[in-house]
Amino acid sequence: MTLTVGNLDVRYGGVHAVRDLSFTVAPGEIVGLIGPNGAGKSSTLHAIMGLAPASGSVRLGDRELLGLRPEDVARSGIALVPEGRRIYAELTVEENLRLGLAARRSRAAADLDPVYELFPVVRDFRARQAGALSGGQQQQLAIARALVAEPDVLLLDEPSLGLAPSIVDVVFAALDAIKERGLAVLLVEQRAQRTVAAANRSHVLANGALHLTLGPGDADDTEKLVAAYLS
Amino acid sequence: MSVLAILNIDWQTLADGLALGAIYALMAVGIGLVFGVLRLVNFAYGQLVMAGAFALALASQWGWPLWAGIVLCFAVVLALSVAMDHLVFRPLRGHSPAVMLVATFAVAFLLQSIALLWFGSLGKIASSLAFLNRPWTISDVDIRKITIVAVIVAVLCLLLLHLLLERTEVGLHMRAASMDFATSRMLGVRANRVISFAVLISGALAAVVAVMLTVQTPLVTPDFALRDTIVVLAGVVVGGLNRPIPATLGGFSIGFATGVLGGALPTNQSQYLPTFVFVAVILVLLVRPRGLFDFSRSVERV
Repeated sequence: MTLTVGNLDVRYGGVHAVRDLSFTVAPGEIVGLIGPNGAGKSSTLHAIMGLAPASGSVRLGDRELLGLRPEDVARSGIALVPEGRRIYAELTVEENLRLGLAARRSRAAADLDPVYELFPVVRDFRARQAGALSGGQQQQLAIARALVAEPDVLLLDEPSLGLAPSIVDVVFAALDAIKERGLAVLLVEQRAQRTVAAANRSHVLANGALHLTLGPGDADDTEKLVAAYLS
Repeated sequence: MSVLAILNIDWQTLADGLALGAIYALMAVGIGLVFGVLRLVNFAYGQLVMAGAFALALASQWGWPLWAGIVLCFAVVLALSVAMDHLVFRPLRGHSPAVMLVATFAVAFLLQSIALLWFGSLGKIASSLAFLNRPWTISDVDIRKITIVAVIVAVLCLLLLHLLLERTEVGLHMRAASMDFATSRMLGVRANRVISFAVLISGALAAVVAVMLTVQTPLVTPDFALRDTIVVLAGVVVGGLNRPIPATLGGFSIGFATGVLGGALPTNQSQYLPTFVFVAVILVLLVRPRGLFDFSRSVERV
């Protein structure tokens, strides 16, 4: 199902974090949201998830999600990999994954194999305390936990933040595989070049508004990227 | 044995301490469960126990059989818990902890005043379980039956609770919610369901405590269990408020200490008992501010 964000506005008190933002993410697509700090990228994700006060519309297929509680948004088929991963350090890896089942709509089989396939390291460490994993392993666990819910749309908030370059490669490779499985992926990132290269479209936000949209071909055009950030 | 003898502590005293510790441990878990998911210290917990005790007293006054009295006790306490959740906790959820704490004070005094109006300050007698005060003699030591019953019931309750938290889906959700509520909702964990569950289990534990405390103290007055609640709250803080096991151990320790000290102090000085207990609480908190039994290290996030 396609995620359609229309005329989205997010205000925190006097701060206008997102202004009149519209875009879509279709199944099998990666859409990037890039831009400097404070541009409204995370606020957009929070608004979609029901975590921030917003107006406008957020639809999954025909269903309006704006105004739902976060747990109901999750149960409608949207999963967020939050910034900072928000892993339950004291629970085991497998318990973290089982929490992802809370939002799964089909109760048929609580099968974790598809995510283990994607992230073998998560399977290898499934009996360990999640807090004992490295940062890169925790990030893979956070993505795996979101996928366990079998969502239609996967939102990721800065998944490569603080990771070693080799792990960043793993994360981006996983995003490609997730896209191939037919999910709609909305990726918020600081690594503009990687994101532009990996995404079908990348929207550059500035001051909460849509500033520019880049295609994969623009990834190697450093001048254009820099201009997009600075102008 | 000599040190115990000097302190005037015998096996009976130790057994009584064990029983009080077991009951306080259950209260501590009941308070800790709700604190875990709501970050709310429910000061009105003692009044739930009091209401259950009055239910038992009324049932024995009406000549109901024991089982019917216990059923009534559970029904009253669970109904009050659910009402408290819907009328107070939910509307105030998301407010500052101070607001919620003061609200539970208000509920506590409200319930106590209602009891005062309905039953008067002299109280009522809950006598149907008084037979448990008779002793069993085990190798020359007299141990009241309630001591053994209390320990067994407490261990069973804690075991069941442990299984519920560790082995079931709702238990996993409760643990996750008490660690990071916002993230668990984002994962699809239903906040209201988890909170209702915690409140219900906490209420059921209050009912169990009511049954056992009425054996120890058959005279049920509007301030029934009030002092116990304050002591247990201190115990929960001493143990570590945030985790079920440390909270349980804290409740047990303070109950055990209270029971043993109560037996050891000469009768004409028993009014000093709370002083000793709370001095011990202060000393513990000075040495281990995070709680006596909280050995967890904060895990650094990379």
